[in-house]
Parts: sequence; C-alpha cells; structure tokens
Amino acid sequence: MKPVFKRIIFFGIILSLWELGARLGLWTEIILPAPSKVIVSLYSGIENMTLLYDLLASFRRLAVGLAIALILGTSIGVLIAKSKTADDTIGSSLLAFQSVPSIVWLPLAMMWFGLNDKAVIFVVVLGGTFVMALNVRTGIKNVPPLYIRAAQTMGAKGLDLFIRVVFPASIPYFVTGSRLAWAFAWRALIAGELLTTGPGLGYTLRYASDFGDMSMVIGVMIIIGAIGAIVDQLIFQRIEKSVAKRWGLSS
Amino acid sequence: MFISINQLNKQFTDKNGNPSTVLKDINLAIEKGEFVSILGPSGCGKSTLLSIVAGLTDVTSGEIIVDGTKITKPGKDRGMVFQQAALFPWINVLENVMFPLKKEMSKKEATDQAKKYLKMVQLSNYLEHYPHELSGGMQQRVAIARALAMDPDILLMDEPFGALDEQTRTRLHDQLEDIWTETKKTVLFVTHSISESIKLSDRIIVMGTRPGTVLTDIKVDIPRPRSEHKDKMIEIEEHVMGYLKKEIDKVVSEELNHETSV
Ligand SMILES: Nc1ncnc2c1ncn2[C@@H]1O[C@H](COP(=O)(O)OP(=O)(O)O)[C@@H](O)[C@H]1O
Ligand SMILES: [Mg+2]
Repeated sequence: MKPVFKRIIFFGIILSLWELGARLGLWTEIILPAPSKVIVSLYSGIENMTLLYDLLASFRRLAVGLAIALILGTSIGVLIAKSKTADDTIGSSLLAFQSVPSIVWLPLAMMWFGLNDKAVIFVVVLGGTFVMALNVRTGIKNVPPLYIRAAQTMGAKGLDLFIRVVFPASIPYFVTGSRLAWAFAWRALIAGELLTTGPGLGYTLRYASDFGDMSMVIGVMIIIGAIGAIVDQLIFQRIEKSVAKRWGLSS
Repeated sequence: MFISINQLNKQFTDKNGNPSTVLKDINLAIEKGEFVSILGPSGCGKSTLLSIVAGLTDVTSGEIIVDGTKITKPGKDRGMVFQQAALFPWINVLENVMFPLKKEMSKKEATDQAKKYLKMVQLSNYLEHYPHELSGGMQQRVAIARALAMDPDILLMDEPFGALDEQTRTRLHDQLEDIWTETKKTVLFVTHSISESIKLSDRIIVMGTRPGTVLTDIKVDIPRPRSEHKDKMIEIEEHVMGYLKKEIDKVVSEELNHETSV
C-alpha cells in the first residue's frame, strides 16, 4: 500500500474516533471540540475575513523579519568565514545564541520597542539570523579547494573569485540555512504574537483561548501547522533537492 | 628556451613541523610546442611540480621562467586540467567554457570562442547541459575546452584521464593528440602510466621518489600516428620500466621497513 493511502486511513480513523467521542459526550466541548465544530469555526473565520487578515498580518511581520534575518545572517556568515578574528569572537558566541529560543528576548524587546510589531519582528529576526549565519559560514568553508584552484588558473581572484565561485559553490548551504531560518522564524513569530497585540494568527489563538472558543483555538493551530509543513515540504525541500542534484551532492 | 625550471626545490612542513623535501634540484628545459610527459610513481611530487608551474604553489627555492618571465602566480598563459574535471556545477557547459573569457571580451566573442573549442572536443550538442548530466569523459573534455578557450601557450594536465575507463581514455588520447597537432600548445602532461606517456609525448621526464628528482629524460622518436609502430613503443616501454622498477622497489622496501620499525 502506498504511504499516502496509509496516511489517509490513519487520519480518517483518528478523526472518526475524535468526532464520535465528542458526539457521545465522552468529554465536554471545552476540553476538545469535535472536528466538525473546528471546521465550522475555520469556515466562518475565513468567510468573515478575520482569519485572512490575521494571516496577512502574520505574513507581513514574518516577511520583514525573515528578510532582515537572511541578509544579516548572510553578512555575519561571510564575515566569520573570512576573518579568523571574527570567527574566534562572534563565531563562537553564535552557537550560544542559537541554543536560546529567541522568544526569551521578547521582554527586552518590548522594553526597547514597546508592545508592537517591532518587538515581534525583532524576535523573528533573532530566530532566523544565527542559524543562517552558521550555515553560510559552513558553506563558504566547505567550498571544494579544487574549484578555487581551477578558477585561479583561469585568472579569477579576490572579489571576482568570491562572487563567481565561492558564493555560488556554497548555495546548497544558503538554501538549507534559509529553510532552517524560516522554521525558527515561524515559531518565533507565533510565540511573539501570542504575547503581543493583533491582528495575527498567534494573537487570535490567544484571544480565542481567553474566550473559551476551543474550536477556533484548534482551527488556528491547524493553520499554523499546515503552513509550516507546506512551506517546508513544498517549497524549501524541493529547492534543496534540486539544488543538491545540480550541485552534484546527491546521487 | 620556452620553459626553464632552474634548481627547483620544494619542501612541505608536516604535522610535527618538520620539513620534508618533495622536490629536489629539479632542472628542466622545455621547448615551445613540445608534448612532455612527467612520469613517476604516485607521491613523487608530479602534482606539486605542475601546481608550481601553474603558479598555485610557492617554491622553496629555485625559479621557473616561462617565455622570459619568472612565474609567481597563476596566469592565463597557462591553462590547467585536473584529474577531476572541476567544472562548476551551477552553470551549463557553454558557460563553464566561457568562465575564463568573461572579463576580456564581449559576450558574443566569448560565446563564439567557447563554441569553437567545444566543437574541437566534439561537444557542440551539449552546450546547454549541466555538468552532472555528462559522463566523466565528457566532463573532462569540457575541462579541456575550458582550458583551451583562454588560448594559453601552455597546457598543464595532471593525470587528466586517470579516473576514466580504458576505452574512454583511448578515445581521449586520440582527441588530445589531434588538438595538440592543431593548436601547437606546449603540453606538460602528468601521468603514472608508461604506455600513456609513450603514446602521447615527444619526451618523457621520469621522476624518482623521496625526494622527487628527475631520473632521466627520454626522447620518444616515434612517428605519429604511433599505433602503427607497436614494436618501437614496446622497446621504449621496457627501457622506461627499467628506471621505474627500481623506484617502485625502493618505495615498497621503504614501506616495509617503516612497518617493521613502527
Ligand atoms: N599541501 C601539502 N602539504 C604537505 N605535503 C604535501 C602537500 N601536497 C603534497 N604533499 C606531499 O608531497 C608529496 C608529493 O605529492 P604529489 O605532488 O601530490 O605527488 P604525485 O602527484 O606525484 O602523486 C606527497 O608525499 C604528499 O604527501
Ligand atoms: Mg598527483
């Protein structure tokens, strides 16, 4: 049997049991509303546009934050790959920063920027920057020396060599860095939105929770998970695969 | 003399900081248009020597003069082909061959020039292909076209066919010989295959190992195409074999001694 069918059957059974349990009143609706209720909530949220505005607001913050993270991460990555001093100082602290969930910066960010978009974007930036920097550094350090020697015999050197050989040679790592940066930024965004003001998916999640609207809570959770999975698998993993193939990294 | 290698010495420092001599007192004179093979057992410093001529590696002492100028860095007068094709996977075949031309000519001229050399290696039908879509032999032909495209005086080749199967290698030998006849390049061809060196070159420099020295310099006076002079080739092969056998025995006995002393 194909994995797709196995998956469909598996989720079908889970959903049926869940729906059945809720309808038989095995637990109260506030604990876990039936899937049908969740679908109704999602549908009405989309119909009256509130969820779409939330999505738009979240994506706007994410786009700004992720763009800054990718640019900043790339710059730091190039710097620490090229300068031993920078690597010994900045480079060694990156891992420490990377191992702290970026949401812990939110209290500070709120003091600096206020309880607004900027604080959330700041957290998103921190979520993506370090992992991007680490990957870019690895990518540049792992450029096959043979490429560089070959390019040198063809007259390439300095910045020209960097732009035409070192940079493109490390693109697989840039792609992986971007994928991880997106994943961390997405988590940071939702966490940040849960704790600040709306509109936004995270904000709506907390708002619904405050009013005991559990079917909306689960609906938003599903949206967050679905977007995370779709972007990762349909966009980044595909790019990663085709780049790996072209760059001769996979068989 | 077109290429003069004078009193060349090269040492590397090993992990413990001790210097080890890889090339010792190398003296060579090579004429313009000559096809010269550098033959020797693995580890004797052939790649190092070629890399020094390419300007990729510094010398410890001595000098290399090409056409009256001392070599200190890489230059487009010397094209290099490595054992691995070293094509850039992110650009297609045509763009790879255009790589060395980008700076000095218009896009149109560069395209024409690249196409000319791709035709020479019979790859005109693969301009749009990416390196990973080509076989090893085809990749190596692209690499040869790429080195030729900048029209260097000297073609440096470091075991360019070492990773290919026998049939492909034989075909590429013929192609290289044709290209050499047509372009009149001076070729420095590193190999550890005796038959390959006899098939292709005007001269064979036989190197010994630990440290790398020139053992002898053999003229290959066989008219081309050489496949018609098999007995003469065998004669030279036996002659060269005599030199190399001593070297290989030396390496083997050193390795045995090393094993027993560890
Ligand atoms: N960058 C390097 N640093 C230290 N030792 C080296 C380096 N390059 C080559 N060698 C040593 O020099 C010797 C000759 O190497 P090489 O020129 O590659 O030989 P060949 O091409 O004839 O097989 C080897 O013993 C090798 O270990
Ligand atoms: Mg070698």
